Amino acid sequence: MSDQLLSSLAIFTLAILVGFEVISKVPATLHTPLMSGANSIHGIVLVGAMIIAAEADNPVSYVLAFVAMVFGAMNVVGGYVVTDRMLQMFRKKPTAAKAGTEGASDAPGA
Amino acid sequence: MSPQWIYTFVYLAWLVGASCFVLGLHRMNSPATGRSGNQLSAAGMAIAVGATLVWLVTREGGLSGIALAIIVVGFAIGGGAGLYAARTVKMTAMPQLVSLFNAVGGGAAALVAIDDFIRLSNGAPVDTTIFVVLGALIGSVTFSGSLIAGGKLQGLIAGKPIFIPGGRIITVALAVIAVLGTIALIAGAAGAVTLSSETALVLLGLVVLSGLIFGITMVLPIGGADMPVVISLLNSFTGTAAAMAGFVLGNPVLIISGALVGASGAILTKLMADAMNRSVLNIMIGGFGGSDDAAGAVAGAAGSVREVGVDDAAIQLAYAQSVIIVPGYGLAVAQAQHAVRELAELLEARGVDVKYAIHPVAGRMPGHMNVLLAEANVPYPQLKEMDDINPEFDRCDVALVIGANDVTNPAARRPGSPVSGMPILDVDHAKSIIVIKRSMGRGYAGIDNELYADPKTGMLFADAKDGLAALTAAVKAL
Repeated sequence: MSDQLLSSLAIFTLAILVGFEVISKVPATLHTPLMSGANSIHGIVLVGAMIIAAEADNPVSYVLAFVAMVFGAMNVVGGYVVTDRMLQMFRKKPTAAKAGTEGASDAPGA
Repeated sequence: MSPQWIYTFVYLAWLVGASCFVLGLHRMNSPATGRSGNQLSAAGMAIAVGATLVWLVTREGGLSGIALAIIVVGFAIGGGAGLYAARTVKMTAMPQLVSLFNAVGGGAAALVAIDDFIRLSNGAPVDTTIFVVLGALIGSVTFSGSLIAGGKLQGLIAGKPIFIPGGRIITVALAVIAVLGTIALIAGAAGAVTLSSETALVLLGLVVLSGLIFGITMVLPIGGADMPVVISLLNSFTGTAAAMAGFVLGNPVLIISGALVGASGAILTKLMADAMNRSVLNIMIGGFGGSDDAAGAVAGAAGSVREVGVDDAAIQLAYAQSVIIVPGYGLAVAQAQHAVRELAELLEARGVDVKYAIHPVAGRMPGHMNVLLAEANVPYPQLKEMDDINPEFDRCDVALVIGANDVTNPAARRPGSPVSGMPILDVDHAKSIIVIKRSMGRGYAGIDNELYADPKTGMLFADAKDGLAALTAAVKAL
């Protein structure tokens, strides 16, 4: 193996260990947002799509690169937005206040 | 600035992006910092993508007009579709959307690998060939597997395990084809055998095709309730596929992020499986419960249940000191999270102390129930995790179980039942129990729930949403 590949392998191994450490500390409550967040991170393959687009020089590669761009961009943009929507709901104060006023307006009808 | 210097800065920007991913995931440890963590991660993504664009434009040869058009138009279409879907999706449908995003991510990784293969087909070194073929294979499995998983959650494909005649043999045969194809390609690159570039392409096509079909036959026999574990596993696969693409392109940000997601997905998969007291292997073999055999085999216990009327249940709830609500899969399916919040607020207005007991695997994904209830504006402090709430069942007047089954089955405390050893909510410790359920149908484990035969338990047979609406109306009328 080339030196570059070997040092890539070292980076890969260390990144896996970092991944285990970071993840194992997340409470179960946040597992769904976490999974969605991790899901958006692998959208980084978009960078790979950009590189093959830049190097494309024939119709087959153009098509492959284009579809890869569409897929990658969908993964990245959609992933982050939907994760944000989930996490937004965990904000304590505004949510509690809103629920409180709704509860109050319901009560007289009871 | 010389291109070399620009590349150095771009490389550093990639490292900054990768660091943002790690720190962002770390900040997702708590609900308070979770959102900023995700934003940090998104910022890292913007930096990495922006730096890549700068590098591609400024490097020798630059970016051709066609390439620029592919990048800009492709991003606009994909990003626009992703944005629209993410903004408009209902929170209950969120797991299948995550699955869809996972599918396209895996598809992109496979396409990048396939394109590299075509470019490198004349004399790629052995090591590069290994990563290219692995990337294409893993990406293909993820793509088709995630689409099937999403289809099952969306109801486009039957949620129950689907067995194809000879499915196991087909799956094994596909795996063999994929492995043999991979070996042949690597041998070709090593010069051990001579492959023309056409033969190599056909072989790669075979590997990709068997990967795609393998993804389908792998997920079809797995029941709908197991889909979260499957999606999490496929999520991990996609990360690995992205890392493989990173090896081929010699790109650090792809390798680091891919490995990060590969590890996180693996841990998450194991945690989910543990919470259901099952091994990942057991889930992947599929067909657990839900099959006709399991449903027909055990009878009994069902005869001695006590039914309770809506009005009786309402009186019990309204005059209780404390009520613990146990929401489950059935509540998520019936989309009854708003209905339950309404009932809870009504009870609170009457001075009842209301809490929610959240089992780690309640809903369709770990933590999904928290998201659903948060969406319905249930105050976060009322949501209690299993270990915190279990001692409180002893002091609780009424436990209201809505669409939860196996996670409340006391049989789990004894050895010898399929759910043995699974952590459960101590619902049977409550002074009285009301279960809202559509029928006496069994839960996911395919066994009777002893809780229902408990003399303290009253069964209210109704759809979660309708049952809650009826209860709310009855409490209002008191």
